Amino acid sequence: MKTALLFNFSVNRENNTIHVTRAFDADAELVWKAWTTAELLDQWWAPQPYRNQTKSMDFREGGVWHYSMISPENETHWCRFDYEKIVPHESYSGLDAFCDEAGNINTGFSRMHWENVFSQSAEHTTVTITITMDTLETLEKIIAMGFKEGFTMGLNQLDELLSNLKK
Amino acid sequence: MRRDIFQAIADPTRRAIITLIAVQAMTPNTLAEHFDITRQAVSKHLRILQECDVVRAEQQGREIYYHLEIEKMKEIDKWLEQFRKIWETRFSQLDDLLSTLKKQKK
Repeated sequence: MKTALLFNFSVNRENNTIHVTRAFDADAELVWKAWTTAELLDQWWAPQPYRNQTKSMDFREGGVWHYSMISPENETHWCRFDYEKIVPHESYSGLDAFCDEAGNINTGFSRMHWENVFSQSAEHTTVTITITMDTLETLEKIIAMGFKEGFTMGLNQLDELLSNLKK
Repeated sequence: MRRDIFQAIADPTRRAIITLIAVQAMTPNTLAEHFDITRQAVSKHLRILQECDVVRAEQQGREIYYHLEIEKMKEIDKWLEQFRKIWETRFSQLDDLLSTLKKQKK
């Protein structure tokens, strides 16, 4: 059904980085908007069957996106993304952390540093993501925390939802 | 109770034990020197790790040495695969959103 778009995922255990590259079938302006606008992020950021809910969004250097990912059982994981550097339509970076409803950072997890670079070609917009962690333990914890259950059950549900949205 | 690798590394002390014995097999006593916990507590963690098949005990004279089961640790690579799947799911959601947005624009 879907055309194959470039998707690379690699983990460098030596310097604790994850590299993700993905092409999207849209221009950079639209892809940028989807990554930086709360109402749009809420529609895709949390992997199904989780849903994403933004509490506040202040997309500027030094600003914060405070959001939660909510499981079907209403288990809520609060997160915050602190924006560092923003070059409109080109790149942004910042720190992602788990926190509580008030935005206090959970120090039990190390923060993840993100750098997202957007580049447009004739056909696609490619997003290159570099995530740097103090330790890969963080990644393991995130997966252990419950996202591992998320996939198999969610996909049918997702297809349904999206087809409803398109109507 | 059937245990798995997730339980093995769910605890920070156990993760530290894994890191230590990855370098060389160790006895509970030498392991305990690295932690601010009792030898009994270390033994308890080692027992759980053994139940998870992450470590294997070998008697050498009067001492028991704990070795890391490298193959078992490779299961963590499977976790990474799951993390990759999170991204796949996320991106496929974004693909659909982008296509919806493009239609709205027209």
